[in-house]
Amino acid sequence: MEHIVIIGNGISGVTLARHIRKLSDKKITIVSGEADYFFSRTALMYIYMGHMKFEHTQPYENWFWKKNRIELRKAFVKQIDTNSKTLLLADGGNLSYDKLVIATGSKPNKFGWPGQDLEGVMGMYHKQDLENLEIYAPNNKACKRAVIVGGGLIGIELAEMLNSRNVPVTFLVRESSFWNGVLPEGESQIINRHIKNHHIDLRLSTNLKEIVSDENGKVKSIIIEETGEEIPCDVVGLTAGVSPNIDFIKSSTIETGRGVKVNRYLETNIPDVYAIGDCAEQHEAIGNRRPIEAVWYTGRMMGETLAQTICGNRIQYKPGHWFNSAKFLDIEYQTYGWVFSEKSKQDYEQHFHWKHHDDTKCITVAYNKDTNDFLGINTFGIRMRHEIFDKWLTEKRDIDYVMNHLVEANFDPEFYSHYEAEILSTFNNQLQTI
Amino acid sequence: MSLAKPDAVDISNKQKVALAIGIIGLFILTLALFNTNFPNKGVFLTCALGLISVGTIIYSRDAYLTKLEGIKNDGVWFKSISSRGVWGWVVGVILTAFYIVLYFYPKYLGLGVDGVVNTGLISLFDPLSQLLSGRQASQWFVYGTLYTIAILAFGYKFILKYRHNRYQQIRTISVMFFQLGFAFLIPEFMYVMNNDLPYYDLKSMWPLNYYIFDEWSVNGFLSNGNIGLALILFGLITIFVISPILTYKFGKRWYCSWVCGCGGLAETAGDSFRQLSSKKMSAWKLERWLIHTVLVFSVVMTTAMVYTYLGYDSNDFWLTRGVFIALVIGFLTLVFAGVLFFKGKELGKDVKYGAIGFFVVIALLVIMHLTGTTKHVFYIKAGALRSIYGIYIGSIFSGVIGTGFYPILGNRSWCRFGCPMAAILGFQQRLFSKFRITTNGGQCISCGNCSNSCEMGIDVRHYAQKGENIVRSSCVGCGICAAVCPRGVLKLENDSMKGRINPTEVLLGNDVDLMDLVNQK
Repeated sequence: MEHIVIIGNGISGVTLARHIRKLSDKKITIVSGEADYFFSRTALMYIYMGHMKFEHTQPYENWFWKKNRIELRKAFVKQIDTNSKTLLLADGGNLSYDKLVIATGSKPNKFGWPGQDLEGVMGMYHKQDLENLEIYAPNNKACKRAVIVGGGLIGIELAEMLNSRNVPVTFLVRESSFWNGVLPEGESQIINRHIKNHHIDLRLSTNLKEIVSDENGKVKSIIIEETGEEIPCDVVGLTAGVSPNIDFIKSSTIETGRGVKVNRYLETNIPDVYAIGDCAEQHEAIGNRRPIEAVWYTGRMMGETLAQTICGNRIQYKPGHWFNSAKFLDIEYQTYGWVFSEKSKQDYEQHFHWKHHDDTKCITVAYNKDTNDFLGINTFGIRMRHEIFDKWLTEKRDIDYVMNHLVEANFDPEFYSHYEAEILSTFNNQLQTI
Repeated sequence: MSLAKPDAVDISNKQKVALAIGIIGLFILTLALFNTNFPNKGVFLTCALGLISVGTIIYSRDAYLTKLEGIKNDGVWFKSISSRGVWGWVVGVILTAFYIVLYFYPKYLGLGVDGVVNTGLISLFDPLSQLLSGRQASQWFVYGTLYTIAILAFGYKFILKYRHNRYQQIRTISVMFFQLGFAFLIPEFMYVMNNDLPYYDLKSMWPLNYYIFDEWSVNGFLSNGNIGLALILFGLITIFVISPILTYKFGKRWYCSWVCGCGGLAETAGDSFRQLSSKKMSAWKLERWLIHTVLVFSVVMTTAMVYTYLGYDSNDFWLTRGVFIALVIGFLTLVFAGVLFFKGKELGKDVKYGAIGFFVVIALLVIMHLTGTTKHVFYIKAGALRSIYGIYIGSIFSGVIGTGFYPILGNRSWCRFGCPMAAILGFQQRLFSKFRITTNGGQCISCGNCSNSCEMGIDVRHYAQKGENIVRSSCVGCGICAAVCPRGVLKLENDSMKGRINPTEVLLGNDVDLMDLVNQK
C-alpha cells in the first residue's frame, strides 16, 4: 500500500489527507510537532480572549483520525533524505514514505532587530506562541504594557487579544496608515480610527530600532527608530508578516527559494515530493496572486487539488476568483476579486468608495475605467455573498450592473439596515460630477 | 494549556455595587423563604423585585455600554459561573433545589392549602396576586413572577449585549412580550373575567402543555360555553394548522426563540451558559433517541388520556373510542406515508428509525385499544400514566434538569433532549421548511465560534467548513452562530426549498473544473 506522508497538520495537510482518504485506501501519516490534533490556527486568539478553549478550535473530534485511518505522528522533522525516501525525526525516529507532501506553513518574520530573541518577545502564529503569551501577559499586572511591531492582520489580532485582558498596547506600524499596502486609503483610515477608539496606542510611520533587555535577559523596553523614544514594556509581539517555515528542508535536494518551489501541479523538483499551503512558492505567480499565498483558503484549495494528483488524476492548481476575509476588532472585512491599494494598483483600476457616517462601514468597488469591467470589491461592516460575486466576476459584469444589483449580494443578518440605495445614489452623484 | 483564571476579567466597582443591589433583593426573598413575616408585604415584594431588576440593569449597562458595539464574549470560559466552575455548580445546585421544592414540596415555600393562608415566600407574593386576579398567590404564581422578571431583566441585558444586531434585539423583545403578556398577565386577567376557565397560556401548545386535552381541562373549557370551546379549538388549530404554516415559512425559530417561554428564559437568563452544550457526536445521538422517545410517550399518553374519557356508544357522542383511535392512527399513517413518499430518499437510513418509531406508536395504540378499559390502559390506571409523564417529563426533565442544570449542561438541554414540541417542529423544519442557515461560499476558517456558541449543541462548523447549509431539526434559529462568526459566513434565511441542502466536497473559490468533477458525483 502506498504510504503518503504529510508534514504539517494545518488546514492544507489535513484537507489533503481527508481528500486522499475519500478517493483511495492509501496509507496516510501526518507528522506534526506543534500539536496532537488539527486545530484552527486562526482561532488561537479566541483562546486567549476566553471565547473558547483549545479543544473548541479542533474541527474534528479525536476519534475522527482513527476512524478515517489517518495516522498522526507527533514529532518535528529534522531532515528529509529524498534518495532513500526517509524522514529523520527530531526524536531520533525515522519515517519512510512513497510520496511526501510538505505542508509546514509559516513562521513569524524577524528582521534582525537587536533583542528579537529575548524572553517576552514572541510572534503570534504557533500554539507555542499562545502558551508563551499566557506566561508573559496573563493580565495587566504581570504585563504593564505590550508593544506590537508590524501592522498587518496578525498584529491587529494580537492587539485585540491583549485589549481583552486590559493590557495597554502600543502598536508600531511602519506604514503611514494601517495595512495600506493592501487596503485603499479610505478603508485603511477607518481602521486607524477604529484602533484608536479601542484605546490602542497606534503609532503610524514608526519603526522599531531595538528591544532592550533587563538584567535577566527579559524584555524591558523598546526604542523607536524615528524619535529614539523608549517605551517600557513586558511583552513585544513581532507581527511583521510571515515567511515559509522550511529551514529543515534547506539541507535537502528539494529546491527552495523563499518557500519550497513548486510548479502548477504543486510538484517540487524531486519526484514524489510536493508542497502545499503557506510554504509553497510558485515558480511564477498565478494571475494577480502572489507566488507565496499565506492564506487559510488557498491552503485548503491546494489540499483539495493535490489529493486528485496523488490519487492518479494529475491536475493543475487553478484557483478561481480571489476572495479573502478578516476582522479588525469589531469591523468585519471581506473581499472578492481584486481591489488594490493606491500603492500597487494599475492605471486602469478606478475605485468607487462609499463610507457610512458612523465610520464603521464602507465599501470600495474597483473597476476598469476604460472598459467599465467590475474588478473587485472590498466591504467593511457589511457582509456580502461569495457566490454572487464569484458569479458576477465569471460573467464579467460591468460596474453599473454590480452597483444596481448590490442588494442581491447582501448577506447581513435579517432586519439589518440596508445601504444599497444610499450607495447607489452616491455612486450616481459621483459619476455626474466627473 | 495553563489557562488559569486570568484576573483581568475582574468586574468593575460599579458592577460590584450592582451585584450587591441584586443580592439584597434576593436576600429579602430568602428571608421570606425562611418565614420572616414582613409587615408590609407589598412594599418588601416591590423592593425585592425592584432591587433584583435594578441590579441587573446597572450591571448590564456597565458591562456593555462602556464598550464599543460588537461581540462580547471576552472571558466567558474563564469566569467560574459560565465555565462549570465553583460558582456554576453553586448556582446549579441552588436552582435545582428550588425546582425540586417548587414541584414536589411547595409547602416549604409557604403554600397554604385548602383555604389556609400562605406563609413564607409565597405569602410575600400575595399582594401582587391580589392586585392582578384578586386571589392569594400559589407557588406557580411566585414562579411565574420570578420567571417573568428573569426574562425581562436578562432580556434587557441581552439587548445591550447585542446592541449592534437588530435580529437579536427584535427577537428578544418578542420573547419578553410573550412572556409578560401571554404567559403571565393574560391568564391572570382571564381568571378575573371567568374564574372557572383552566389556566391557559395561549402561546403554549400541545404537546408542550401536555395537559390541555386532559379530562379536567377539556371539561373546564367545555363547561364555559363558547369561550371555552373557542379556546380548545384554538388549541387544536395552533398545533395542526398555525404551527405547520409558520414553521414552513420561517422554521421552528418562530416558536422556539421568538415566542416560547422555555426558550425565552434560555435565551435571556440562560444566555451566559449557551457554550456549555455538548457538541460531541455522541451527544447528538443521545439527543435523537431521547427527544423522539419523549415525543412517542407524549403522543401515546395524550391519546390514552383522551381515550379514557370517551364513550363506547356513538349515540351519546360521535367521537367514540373506536373512532378516536382510528383517527389518530389514520393521521399518523398519513404523515408517515407522506414523508416516506416525498422525503424517503433524502432521509436515507434514518427512514429505518422513523419506521421503528411509527410502528411502535401504532402497536401501542392498538394494544391500548384492545386492552383498555374506562379506568385502565396498559393495565395501569390511566391517571398514573399521566402522572408519570407529568412528574418525569413535565417536572423533572423540563424544570429540574432543563433549567436547574443551566450552568452544567447549557441553557437548552430541555429543548434539545426533551421537548416533544421541539421534536415535532424540528421534524417539520428538517423536511418541509424554507428555513436554513446559509453558508457563505468558501469563507469559513473553521475557527469554531459558531459551534461553541450553539446552545442546541449543533456542530455548526462541521457544515460551514464544508460550504454546506445548516439544515438541522434541532436548530432554534437564535442566530448567535451568525452573530459571532468573524468572517461573515452564516446567515439565517427563508428561501426556496430547492438547493436548501447542498453538501459539497470542494468549496467555492477553487478551480471550477475541480468543483464540477468532485461535486457532481
